[in-house]
Amino acid sequence: MTTTLPAYDEVVARYEPVIGLETHVELGTNTKMFCGCPTDFGGEPNTRVCPVCLGLPGSLPVANKAAIEATIRIGLALNCSIAEWCRFARKNYFYPDMPKNFQISQYDEPLCVDGYLDVEVNGELVRIGIERVHLEEDTGKTLHVGGATGRIHGATESLVDYNRAGIPLVEIVTKPVPGTGALAPEVAKAYVAELRDVIRSLGVSDVRMEEGSLRCDVNTSLNLPGEEWGTRTETKNVNSLRSVERAVRSEILRQASVLDAGGRIFQETRHFQEDTGDTRPGRSKETATDYRYFPEPDLVPLAPDAVWVAELKAALPELPRLHRRRLQEQWGLSELDMQSVLNAGAVELIEQTIAAGATPAAARKWWLGELSRRANETGAELSDVGATPEQVAELQGLVDAGKLNDKLARTVLEGVVAGEGSPTEVMANRNLEVVSDTGALTAAVDEAIAANPGIADKIRSGKVAAAGALVGAVMKTTRGQADAKTVRELILERLSAQG
Amino acid sequence: MAAISREEVAHLARLSRLAVTEEELDTFAGQLDVILQAVAQVGEVTAADIPPTSHSVPLTNVLRDDVVTPCLTPEEALSGAPDAEEQRFRVPRILDEDVAS
Repeated sequence: MTTTLPAYDEVVARYEPVIGLETHVELGTNTKMFCGCPTDFGGEPNTRVCPVCLGLPGSLPVANKAAIEATIRIGLALNCSIAEWCRFARKNYFYPDMPKNFQISQYDEPLCVDGYLDVEVNGELVRIGIERVHLEEDTGKTLHVGGATGRIHGATESLVDYNRAGIPLVEIVTKPVPGTGALAPEVAKAYVAELRDVIRSLGVSDVRMEEGSLRCDVNTSLNLPGEEWGTRTETKNVNSLRSVERAVRSEILRQASVLDAGGRIFQETRHFQEDTGDTRPGRSKETATDYRYFPEPDLVPLAPDAVWVAELKAALPELPRLHRRRLQEQWGLSELDMQSVLNAGAVELIEQTIAAGATPAAARKWWLGELSRRANETGAELSDVGATPEQVAELQGLVDAGKLNDKLARTVLEGVVAGEGSPTEVMANRNLEVVSDTGALTAAVDEAIAANPGIADKIRSGKVAAAGALVGAVMKTTRGQADAKTVRELILERLSAQG
Repeated sequence: MAAISREEVAHLARLSRLAVTEEELDTFAGQLDVILQAVAQVGEVTAADIPPTSHSVPLTNVLRDDVVTPCLTPEEALSGAPDAEEQRFRVPRILDEDVAS
């Protein structure tokens, strides 16, 4: 079906979008939700499984205390009330991604309810209501085989790896968010980004969208001003912050074109297409999903101790939004400069580099300059670029001590990133230290003067600017390992002395 | 009135992927109806001061520490599987069902 989509500005002038987001976060606990199997990403298939997460007869789940604590902390950071008493529930469905034929989740008694998260969009605060935060277990990974494409269509069999099955998964559901108008896509993106930062600041998950430890479904509906909210669609497969924004935008446009043509929006699951940026319908369902939830009989209820919850609340870290404001002030950055730090994902790295002894300006220079460029080239996250904040601070220390000039420092950094050791080690091993031995430097200067008598004469006659050529010659013989300023001073000194 | 209809039994059978014949539907609907009616008698004695029970033991907060315990080997894990390939459980493809979460 190809229809011409109306212009976005024109659509949001006529329709009011309402959005809602469901986010799943894999917790970074050592072990799974209900058994002691490890949770590390990757691994050979079916090497992190046991009778509990395989649902073998006679096995019994026991809830992971660290996962409960992490979920309560997420709930508290999102200003939720923590349930005094709640239960897990069985969600029954027929699909082999869970070996038990059900998933342990929470249904009508979530652990955390009724909170909010303030997010900043274009300098304005938007309050996103949080409906619930609950705990469940992640599913296994299915690989469809037998077809030509590896996709489920045409496949004859599925191969299942249960390493991921049972990893604690927190689901965070917003209340419907009306009233954002044309900004709906940006609000959705800002919410997911802020939620990611909050969870990262709690240290309970690495929240990487590209590795699937943070996954997002986006609900969108449109209504005419003054009318009831429209039927919503749910868009899945939204795997990056940029995709969140694109998915909402494309769904607004699609729904508007359907409504404009006198059509109806059906409540359905759609899939975001990364390549085209639009959404496609998922499987059509003849009947509404029927999960037959009931209280999980193998797990006793949770009743978080009020004192414990109060302790967890008191120990929450500063909210990322407030933290960023404070840092911006401390570092003396403009709104724009701070934005570039944020966009590069460099806030914590710069903070840690400063903590390790560098000045804010120097820390920012390395992370946003050389290291950001490298990260872009290799497609790595800045935090995975190969240099640590401590190493960057050490590097800057060598520059400040006059042992490295800017050019040499960049070469040393290359070595550090390549895994050759600490800046000091790379400097020593590659013999990159600035030549500070005045004797050797003077010899190089004299050599350059002797080799360029014409230039030397010019300088003697007062044309000091000509010294640049001799500086270049000296830098060449010292393979860049001299401090240009010192060389220049030395040249002028020698020539006036000789003159 | 019956506690469960023939249509509801058919629906549950479909959700559970049980191939139930028309004849069996009549049988099971009748049997389940007897069971449900018997269980419903409990409702007659419940009072407002008795909360619904989901667990027979009055325990809460049975939790374990976040400590890794040994896993099965892949061979052990797959030993009960009807079929395996590439160290994975091999099952017929399943379509038309929503995936959890």
